[in-house]
Amino acid sequence: MRYLPLSSDDRAKMLKKIGVQDINDLFDDVPRHALLKGFLDLPLHMTEMEVEQNFSAFAAKNIAAGSVPFFVGAGAYHHHVPSTVDYQIQRGEFLTAYTPYQPEISQGTLQTLYEFQTQVAQITGMDVANASMYDGSTACGEAALMARRVTKKKKVILSGNLHPQYIEVVKSATKYTDDNIIVNDPMVETTEDLINQIDDDTSCVIVQYPDFFGNIQDYSALAEALHDRKKLLVVVTTEIVALGAIKSPGEIGADIVVGEGQSIGNGLCYGGPYAGLFATRQKYVRQLPGRLCGETTDAEGKRGYVLTLSTREQHIRREKATSNICTNAGLCTLAFTIHMTLLGEKGYRQLAKINHAGAVKLRDKLANINGITVLNSTFFNEFTVRLNKDAAEVVEALVEHDVIAGLPISRLYPKNKELKNDLLIAVTETTSEDDMDILVEELKEVLK
Amino acid sequence: MTIYYSEDHEWINVEGSIGTVGITEYAQNALGDIVFVEVPEVGDEFAKGDEVSVVESVKAASEIYSPVTGEITAVNEDLEENAALVNSSPDGDGWFFKVTVSNKDELEELMDAGDYKTFIAGLE
Repeated sequence: MRYLPLSSDDRAKMLKKIGVQDINDLFDDVPRHALLKGFLDLPLHMTEMEVEQNFSAFAAKNIAAGSVPFFVGAGAYHHHVPSTVDYQIQRGEFLTAYTPYQPEISQGTLQTLYEFQTQVAQITGMDVANASMYDGSTACGEAALMARRVTKKKKVILSGNLHPQYIEVVKSATKYTDDNIIVNDPMVETTEDLINQIDDDTSCVIVQYPDFFGNIQDYSALAEALHDRKKLLVVVTTEIVALGAIKSPGEIGADIVVGEGQSIGNGLCYGGPYAGLFATRQKYVRQLPGRLCGETTDAEGKRGYVLTLSTREQHIRREKATSNICTNAGLCTLAFTIHMTLLGEKGYRQLAKINHAGAVKLRDKLANINGITVLNSTFFNEFTVRLNKDAAEVVEALVEHDVIAGLPISRLYPKNKELKNDLLIAVTETTSEDDMDILVEELKEVLK
Repeated sequence: MTIYYSEDHEWINVEGSIGTVGITEYAQNALGDIVFVEVPEVGDEFAKGDEVSVVESVKAASEIYSPVTGEITAVNEDLEENAALVNSSPDGDGWFFKVTVSNKDELEELMDAGDYKTFIAGLE
């Protein structure tokens, strides 16, 4: 049986129908220099064993987060995931990335999604959470779109201390809507500045908490100012463990909370797949994007789970759906749910405490080094330091000694000269005191 | 007072320069149990045929189109808590909103009760 069912005739007909000469015209949007010319220079064949050896050699060129002192965070964090999580998610009943298309037949899947929603609503301090989005950044894009549906206004103000990649995703998500996206400069804005920017056209202000540089700000006054004018506060949390230690976004007055759930249950995996968290107030539930699981009773009075409020969704409302995201990150949310269940409220709070205590310890060690200024007055498990040298060069130098010192801010802000000496450093429960001491010694040496 | 009907199964009851709008018995019956009604805001302005409101039942979500051009003067806030009013009393307590009737000619394009009855009979 042929796997590709199209004949050249079929292709020619389809191209003619859509008015395209050649199939390559469909790839016009890909920059020329990125397109492959000709065939890859690959050997004709190799045995399975040879392929394995080849790829192991490639893999050995990487430095895995768990194998060296490792201090990179910036939206994805190296935490310990109990082995139980991996065992449970691989059960055949669970092992799929999808919510099922005939959902009610899969009561176990729906129940775990319901538990997930409950956990997310509780840690964010919100009334209701959906069954997840792709990841934190796409959830952030959806939040901007939802704020517009609620307020019917189209100006979105993005804090300059929002993760720069999240800023890019919001821009992409609104590329073909006529939303007006305002982006502030990094590291300089105050809450007061954001309040002054709110005008009649504003739908929402999107802030990060703790912010990209690690600072923890109280946005209560911002929330109040927004609510006075019927605008929404969107709070983004990229390190979800932080909510075990700091006031929940709900308590601050957030209307929509989005988050990256990777820290709980999921490994770094080169940036994905992760689990996007999305929570809001009950009064906005019908504008919530994505799937929502509800608990109910069946005809015999027994507890059961359903996908609820689905008339908002694509399969019934088509082009008027609240979102065109019709699936979620099921397996990653399952890992999140299992890890969170293992932790419990007490364990979650304790995990947060350990993370913060570790970061404080490292901050104290670094603060005494000549050539390092700690920029944060508040932080959870991540903070920014200003070095007396180019941070990217320092990180490169330490990589040679098998130490991954953190993220040079310039990696994400290549054009901003003022940030070129700044280094973002994260500490988690996996960071040992030895790791910290090695970093301290290495930095002392290179900053001398 | 005169009641007019649209092909989208909305009714508008005109008293003076204000029309009260709802959906018909036929529409509520076709939709089934109504669980949510999204009403416009007072002060919003619409042209005839604009999407004003959304009604959501257990089996479908449908748009409500403005039968006339005008400004919203009142909305039925009871629907927020009790959307089932549209099922129990589509032509009474289940009204959606009130709108100014700025151009009476537009009413001529709508049906009266007799024509509407014939219209829905033709749908069955």
